[in-house]
Amino acid sequence: MTVTIYVPRDSAAKSVGADVVAAMLAAHAATRGLDITIVRNGSRGMLWLEPLVEVETAQGRIAYGPVRPDDVDSLLDAGLASGAQHPLCLGFTDDLPWLREQNRVTFARVGIIDPLDLDQYREHGGLGGLERARAMPPEEIVAEVLASGLRGRGGAGFPAGIKWRTVMEAESDVTYVCCNADEGDSGTFADRMLMEGDPFTLLEGMAIAAHAVGATEGIIYVRSEYPDAIETLRTAIEIAQEDGWLDRVRVVEGAGSYVCGEETAMLESLEGKRGMVRPKPPIPALEGLFGKPTLVHNVLTLGAVPQILAGGASAYQAIGVDRSRGTQVFQISGNVARGGIVETGFGISLRDLVEGFGAGTRSGRPIRALQVGGPLGAYLPVESLDVSMDYESLAQAGGLLGHGGVVVFDDTVDMGLQARFAMEFCAAESCGKCTPCRIGSVRGIEVIDRVLNGEDRENNLVLLQELCETMTDGSLCAMGGLTPLPVQSALEYFPEDFHRLDEAN
Amino acid sequence: MRPGVPTPAEINAVLAQLPAEERLILPALQAVQRSVGYVPEEAVSPVAEQLNVSRAEVVGVLTYYHDLRTSPPPALDIRLCGAEACQAVGARYLRSWVEARYSEDVDVEVATVYCLGNCALGPAGQINGQLIGQLDVERLAQEVEAAREGKTNS
Repeated sequence: MTVTIYVPRDSAAKSVGADVVAAMLAAHAATRGLDITIVRNGSRGMLWLEPLVEVETAQGRIAYGPVRPDDVDSLLDAGLASGAQHPLCLGFTDDLPWLREQNRVTFARVGIIDPLDLDQYREHGGLGGLERARAMPPEEIVAEVLASGLRGRGGAGFPAGIKWRTVMEAESDVTYVCCNADEGDSGTFADRMLMEGDPFTLLEGMAIAAHAVGATEGIIYVRSEYPDAIETLRTAIEIAQEDGWLDRVRVVEGAGSYVCGEETAMLESLEGKRGMVRPKPPIPALEGLFGKPTLVHNVLTLGAVPQILAGGASAYQAIGVDRSRGTQVFQISGNVARGGIVETGFGISLRDLVEGFGAGTRSGRPIRALQVGGPLGAYLPVESLDVSMDYESLAQAGGLLGHGGVVVFDDTVDMGLQARFAMEFCAAESCGKCTPCRIGSVRGIEVIDRVLNGEDRENNLVLLQELCETMTDGSLCAMGGLTPLPVQSALEYFPEDFHRLDEAN
Repeated sequence: MRPGVPTPAEINAVLAQLPAEERLILPALQAVQRSVGYVPEEAVSPVAEQLNVSRAEVVGVLTYYHDLRTSPPPALDIRLCGAEACQAVGARYLRSWVEARYSEDVDVEVATVYCLGNCALGPAGQINGQLIGQLDVERLAQEVEAAREGKTNS
């Protein structure tokens, strides 16, 4: 009887050798006369263990990792195909605390099934949400999404149901659903992992949204840095269309522009133009792509929809805290021992994420700073570890949740350089439409350099604060508007890093 | 006409293949780049004419997006992530090492990109489009040599 062995096809796993491991397993099993079937699944999200190889046994899946090409022979010698002991053996995958302590809703199938096997998708509860939605009038679907408390997972946190209602009520011959998969924030990779690991969930979410708002076409805008996600999605679309449950959806590839993750810049880019931000109003829900009503959502927002419909709004709403309902797919990265995906209800503490799941720094040195919410998020000091990870608590702590990424830094970090980088990044990626962002970011670099060099420091610090205020108040979108957040938080919590030259002198 | 540069007729042939929904400036330039390897100056007028837009609009888009290049690609394209998660695990040092090591090599181009979505396995980079995680100086040098020999090895 053939033994099923799982080797992830996720691009993070491939970046540390999963393709080579899979090829060697196949070849070496064949020379030993072992009958194995290799399934290329998504990643379980325990990225420090990649490539994570799993073997199907009668009792459940047994995990081995991280498996390097050199380990393949010794694994097969030890009896990998029967789930035997080996120094890399981690036991039953489902018993691993990292996974057991999560509440996987959107990521329920990621890492478990073959991402492009529609039968497996169905067996694991897929398409239940769409079936229910198709039997409901649009108003009821929108009411269900509203009742679930789902808020936009891209960063802004706007209630999804209100957007849906606006688009649904807009009169138009053409209406679009656009999925924003331009996941450019450093420290975020959940969109990519869902698209690579369970693309049907996103497509099902789009089909439900299209049915509810009366959309005539769906578009997924994926950044060019994600070629595997693009390929997987395109194949999944063909499979779903052949199966008959998906109408017009296509993938559009970006061209390397961070600001195209801003929804109006994305719409400009989808129209083939420079990805420059549009002033609002009009809001995209009424005048979006090519001037037509457009429902724009992040991957994780649409990815949450199938389960909301399948399990009911109240089950989803029961998870989370205050006005942050449901689960968030947190991403832990940077200088962390155990980086990866943690999906759990809102309200987990930052400490539980980085010290619990993350197990501290990779370097073994003390944690000094955490950037939560991407490059436009605040740098928080280690004293903030007890903050609750939800939209309001983070805002109250002077930060933002963003797309749920947490980047860990140890005590070797130079926060003066990190503040300068925030301005550098803004200067490199600004679309140029508004002056505070276009010019402010360049002036910001110069002022920070003078501060770091100890040139007329006190006056330049005042100037920097004024510049930050101008950018915050005067920018057209979050790029210029939030770049001051990492800068000002670094100044507030790590002032000593802006005075290093004095100490040296 | 420069040697190795496609003729307007060849550019027009690429543009003629575009499906209706991609008859827009950015997808047209992406198609040229896929076919030629970059977007030569000679492509600007055909794109403008085919799409009925001005040359200025085409150049505007061409110069806006980081991915679009106006010169032939190098034999060895090294891209290193320079964003925060990779900075936290030594991306700055890696970049300065790579720049010093390969600055004399005419076939190598080193570029900084911001985020390859491999943030838990940083520092991340791409060599000729292939994503590589947990980079250090040794592994990077190995991968570069492997790419030079035309092998993929990770």
